[in-house]
Amino acid sequence: MAAPVFDVPEIKDEIEIPKLREGVMAHVKTFPATQPIQDFMGYPHELPEDWKERAIDKMGDLLGKYRSLKVFLDACVHCGACTDKCHYYLGTSDPKNMPVARQDLMRQVYRRYFTTAGKLFPKLVGAKDLTQDILGDWYNYYHQCSECRRCSVYCPYGIDTAEITMAGREILNHVGMGQKYSNEILGKVQKIGNNLGLPGPALEDTLEGLEEDIEADTGVAVKLPLDVKGAEVLLVTPSADFFSEPHVESLIGYAKVFHAAGISWTLSTHASEAGNFGLFNGNYDTMRKVAMRIRDSAIELGVKRIVVGECGHAWRVAYSFWNTLTGLGYGGNDPFSIEFQKQLDPNYPQPQHICELTNDLIKSGKIRVDPSLNDDLVVTYHDSCNVARASRMGTEPGGQFAIPRELIRSVVNNFHDMADGTIGEATFCCGGGGGILTDDLLEVRVKGALPRATALNNVVKEHKVNFMAMICAICKAQFTKVLPKYGFDMSMVGGVHQLVSKAIKLDKAE
Amino acid sequence: MGLSTVTMIYAGMFYIAALVLAIGLVYKIVDYSRTPAPLKIPTTPAPTTRSGVIYRMAKEVVVFESLFKANKWIWVFGWLFHFGLLLVLLRHLRYFTEPVWFWVDIIQPFGKYASFMMVIGMLGLLARRFLVDRVRYISTPSDYLMLVLLIAIGVTGMLMTFVVHTDIVALKMFFMGLMYFDVQPVPGDPILLIHLALVAFLMLIFPISKLLHAPGLFFSPTRNQVDNPRESRHIAAWAAKLDQTK
Repeated sequence: MAAPVFDVPEIKDEIEIPKLREGVMAHVKTFPATQPIQDFMGYPHELPEDWKERAIDKMGDLLGKYRSLKVFLDACVHCGACTDKCHYYLGTSDPKNMPVARQDLMRQVYRRYFTTAGKLFPKLVGAKDLTQDILGDWYNYYHQCSECRRCSVYCPYGIDTAEITMAGREILNHVGMGQKYSNEILGKVQKIGNNLGLPGPALEDTLEGLEEDIEADTGVAVKLPLDVKGAEVLLVTPSADFFSEPHVESLIGYAKVFHAAGISWTLSTHASEAGNFGLFNGNYDTMRKVAMRIRDSAIELGVKRIVVGECGHAWRVAYSFWNTLTGLGYGGNDPFSIEFQKQLDPNYPQPQHICELTNDLIKSGKIRVDPSLNDDLVVTYHDSCNVARASRMGTEPGGQFAIPRELIRSVVNNFHDMADGTIGEATFCCGGGGGILTDDLLEVRVKGALPRATALNNVVKEHKVNFMAMICAICKAQFTKVLPKYGFDMSMVGGVHQLVSKAIKLDKAE
Repeated sequence: MGLSTVTMIYAGMFYIAALVLAIGLVYKIVDYSRTPAPLKIPTTPAPTTRSGVIYRMAKEVVVFESLFKANKWIWVFGWLFHFGLLLVLLRHLRYFTEPVWFWVDIIQPFGKYASFMMVIGMLGLLARRFLVDRVRYISTPSDYLMLVLLIAIGVTGMLMTFVVHTDIVALKMFFMGLMYFDVQPVPGDPILLIHLALVAFLMLIFPISKLLHAPGLFFSPTRNQVDNPRESRHIAAWAAKLDQTK
């Protein structure tokens, strides 16, 4: 298929709220999942005859299992607070990319089949029978949402469009309208152990190659151990860290941190992926199966700590859901979690983010860094959506903003934040999260990156920023692809541990 | 003494409306509370303690904190409307209590003028539905009608407060009579009858309309959950069964 042709939006001085233009993104359809992919996931691969019943049944099932969905579909008053908050609306001006309109694609059907008002007076309350056209709208616009939760910050009732997008994708899967990109990855991670489908021997080769590179570069034999039983730490990191640029620079950074601190650690073939695309599709069971790989590997290897590398949605799943899904955490009072939690070292948060770990080591003097080694850089920091609005680091609310910045400031001398309203809890998604980091959605990705590109452009102009640090594999892949379309150099994009890697002193501290 | 047909209709209407409102809301609240929230999904940064969550919710309920962050116009109009409505409702307690509680007497003058806040707020919200293209796009007929209904209730009430006074003593006897199941005549003032009919209608549709945002807010997992997933294991009953499978 030929590359889609579209205009890259022009960066203005400020992020502007566009006049709406109906239907301008209606042509964008992500590639559908093929039969083998859907078969593996247990979903049909084409629209079954009883698609309508299946869809409504599934919606009813989800409404009974998720309070979020039920409350969110009822509570909206159409106030409009969210209408200018989505990066995809700001970048495309398609009104169906306004959070409330995206929700209404499902709400109209919910009202028709599940509410008294919608059954009696459908026209009055905007209720509609489910049709194939509506399913088509769902397929288009639930794949133009990165589930970044920015809208949920501003909604007076906390309505999170991500919850509705996830439910929408799950219903679509049940009527044979799965997305190729996400479902293929969910197959690979369950069959092979990581999203890239990188088998064990290849992973081993890659890690050996990296060890050689580091030694050639630094003269120090920094190791990247794999499947080492009895290691203290199991590092679970996105598989992109193993060979994508600039991701791999951060992996080298983690290895150097463990080396300098003298912590024994290992990676796992079976759990060679922190990412969990089960999150994106609203299927608890899938998300749990993918997460169980971590528990199984941790038990098999007998590790005492689990540390998570730079990955945004993975950190959401790890921080917020691992304890629920797999018992990885504290406070379990059932045999399933107690058995596992006994194994973990209670002196550390479980799971722990690599930024928490490194920052603590620097602050306590267990590793030493020289920030002047990064003096060629003027750095800003992109808060990744899932870290910012769906997780925490440290013990205080907002630690997910403070800790990465503290860490960056300890390894670089020149740091400038982007404008308020584009960072912290208000951060703009990179435009590629939530299962849309695929080339068939390139137009959505490029346009959705406009708000972030605008904020970045302003610090580039004002402070000569030449490096945007981040802690998310999807953000890194997305920005290296789309920022060049806005005229930025892709080498501006990199991980926080890429900066750590440059500044760290590998000889032992006193 | 026989009661007029109008009185019978209004008495019946308010009994039915009160019943529908109460049963409908209880049903919805029970339904919300019985539906599990299987995952920890507070919008972060979020409080790490229960008391912190109470403070967060209080800020949402009293000052509409998230809306304030989102849009100052909606916030101004929305807050004027809701706070005005609150004062007006509290003032109306004088028609349902004997003797009238002292604090209801204290807020009486504020409650009278709060009706202006309320109606101005709603007119602002209505204007946005026409003027802002994004809000116009998402508005359904019921969104406009709900505002028109509330404005009509407010304006008929203000007419009676400030322009053509109604027989408030007889009205109070009517409502006290309803409360003690001893139905008394409803005053025949047309503005009052319109006001009362619209209020009864509002009560009827409350549990099946977007007015459910009122109880819904308290059940919103993104706002009412404690951010402590690493410290305590949160698990729904239907999800706990999966622990047995492996």
